[in-house]
Amino acid sequence: MVGALGKNFATFASRLRGGHGCDTAAAAAVWAVSKRFMSSSGESITVREALNSAIDEEMSADSKVFVMGEEVGEYQGAYKVTKGLLQKFGPDRVLDTPITEAGFAGLGVGAAMYGLKPIVEFMTFNFAMQAIDHLINSAAKTNYMSGGTINVPIVFRGPNGAAAGVAAQHSQCFAAWYGQVPGLKVLVPYDAEDARGLMKAAIRDPDPVVFLENELLYGESFPVSKGVLDPSFTLPIGKAKIMREGNDLTLVAFSKMVGYALKAADELAKEGISVEVINLRSIRPLDRETINASVRKTSRLLTLEEGWPQHGVGAEICASVVEESFYYLDAPVERICGADVPMPYAANLERLAVPQIDDIIRAARRACFRKEDMRQATA
Amino acid sequence: MALRQAWQKAGKVLNGGALVSPGSTFARALSTSSDPLTLEIPVPFKGHKVDPPSSTVETSAAELVDFFRTMFVMRRMEIAADSLYKSKFIRGFCHLYDGQEAVCVGMEAALNDKDCIITAYRDHCTHLGRGGTVLEVFAELMGRKDGCSLGKGGSMHMYNKKGGFYGGNGIVGAQTPLGAGLAFAQKYLKVDGVTLAMYGDGAANQGQLFEAMNISALWDLPVIYVCENNHYGMGTAEWRSAKSPEYYKRGDYVPGLKVDGMDCLAVKQAVKFAKEYSLKNGPMVLEMDTYRYHGHSMSDPGSTYRTRDEISGVRQERDPIERIRKLLLSHEFASVADLKAIEKEAKKEVEDALAKAKESPSPDAPELFSHIYRKSYGAEAYGADRKESTVKLP
Repeated sequence: MVGALGKNFATFASRLRGGHGCDTAAAAAVWAVSKRFMSSSGESITVREALNSAIDEEMSADSKVFVMGEEVGEYQGAYKVTKGLLQKFGPDRVLDTPITEAGFAGLGVGAAMYGLKPIVEFMTFNFAMQAIDHLINSAAKTNYMSGGTINVPIVFRGPNGAAAGVAAQHSQCFAAWYGQVPGLKVLVPYDAEDARGLMKAAIRDPDPVVFLENELLYGESFPVSKGVLDPSFTLPIGKAKIMREGNDLTLVAFSKMVGYALKAADELAKEGISVEVINLRSIRPLDRETINASVRKTSRLLTLEEGWPQHGVGAEICASVVEESFYYLDAPVERICGADVPMPYAANLERLAVPQIDDIIRAARRACFRKEDMRQATA
Repeated sequence: MALRQAWQKAGKVLNGGALVSPGSTFARALSTSSDPLTLEIPVPFKGHKVDPPSSTVETSAAELVDFFRTMFVMRRMEIAADSLYKSKFIRGFCHLYDGQEAVCVGMEAALNDKDCIITAYRDHCTHLGRGGTVLEVFAELMGRKDGCSLGKGGSMHMYNKKGGFYGGNGIVGAQTPLGAGLAFAQKYLKVDGVTLAMYGDGAANQGQLFEAMNISALWDLPVIYVCENNHYGMGTAEWRSAKSPEYYKRGDYVPGLKVDGMDCLAVKQAVKFAKEYSLKNGPMVLEMDTYRYHGHSMSDPGSTYRTRDEISGVRQERDPIERIRKLLLSHEFASVADLKAIEKEAKKEVEDALAKAKESPSPDAPELFSHIYRKSYGAEAYGADRKESTVKLP
């Protein structure tokens, strides 16, 4: 009974997306009640709750951890990920910054060099471009340039990639850019378990971590085991997860596209194509071992990402598989990506600019040398 | 510095008694007196939103001798680096500090090991001031194992975390928010220290500097922004790059002080004043009026945008080492012979370090892949041909 009630509250709470509508007292009360239900039932939590609880627990465990960013404190977080933290830890550890990304990202890196453990939020990673010199030149490279004497234990986190209707300057996916840089770790959680485990691992990690979340996933609920809710729960960095086992095709995705991959796999199963879905969890280090082992089993590869195709994450995965597992391939490797365009605003064009389930299904059939109408024949 | 201790043991303390004129064969030994001595700083401070400190500074004979010796070592080191570069032992960029020695030496006289310094790429002498050795500077410049960054950083990337020196930064202006971050950490951890975030007149127009100043003023961070104004940002004179080259005023709401950066004692006084202020009230700007004899880097002759007369004029009138030499001689804390002995010793120290650095080997090939991460989780890294060279990171 409690569990069912909890689930309803969770669904309600998950509809309270982003920074809109959360300010009314009623909404806040519902959110708070649903949060209590969620932690006690241990059944389902949203990605937002997963991130919030992970940060909360790590801040409780280590006084050197602090949070910094625009609206993270009094506003409770632009997307409510840092809700309640200011009240719990105070203004010395949860700091609202002015809108000066280069300044506060650099400040965070300096603090990390001294020995603190900052969590710097970018309201979206689009704005991190203003600070990108600090992520790359000040954070990523310093341990190397200093001969290993100065490490930078910082986490840069925030939403990445396309949201809904926010157009070209607010929709870019940065996984490929940051994934290229030696010295960075780049993590891409999908579900609540990923969010909790990877966030805790990132905060504890002694190196700079770029933690790419997804705005549209914040409100999604996922079932989690009691183990995931334990304060000691972490996930290993650099290891992908096989979400669904299969034999005919390896489908590699990350972040929101994992959900799409799973849905496509369900559809493809109906026509007898068994898809193995890999959730990368980590762009850098990239789990080439898991990907290649899977392709050696299935002999077919399809990569899936929201970002632009040229020099994208899929390009690296395809190259890796061609280099390591060429003789196991029965079909050309393929990539499904966001369209090679700045994100348009009009809803119909936006739909054309990001991968849809149909795109995945079509490419999967191509890899299996099936024609479009095979499904009707077997139905 | 073992040699300094030896000098102190050998020297006799002045007691203001009968003096023998310098140069005579019976001249007294070099003064190592730590008795307080007050001197007047000739060039007055200029304040912005703050009353400047007194121009009467406390020092001692021992401190002046130390200034002389340290700056002389720094000068010899930079001149040796010039030769090394021309003989191709040093590659890439090499930005020399000779002329500006009084800034880092004067600063150290007012700081301790709880304080932090971060600067840009003209960092060899700053590194020395924070406890680095000449050997590790030369070895780093030549890309050898015994370099302070194991040969992997080079001229612009020297660090000494234990000594509170955070580099050594190649991107103009980036070190200023980093410095604000160091100060943030000092305040967070309740360390009784300040951070000096150094930058040049070229960096003084960077947006991120103003972002850093804004946050540090809002949050009362114990950071002192030190503008080493050598009047040229690479080849561009200050009046061509800054609408307002009064850099000590550029902090607006952040108080500032203009300081004669060629005078160790003025620098010491200003930093002492700024440190006291900053620990209580937050940021302050110090503009050090200084000068570099070399060009921007070894690829810049330094004479296409300024006249040789200007350079030799500064050397004549304002050289920081000569200023201390005159003080030591006029107060009879040292004779000409004493100073020559110090110079000879310093030259030897630098030459010995250079010889030793030349013997230091290049880093071993596996060092290519070390220190990418503090913790690698067994991730792989690739050489140019990954079929040939794949490494599981340590």
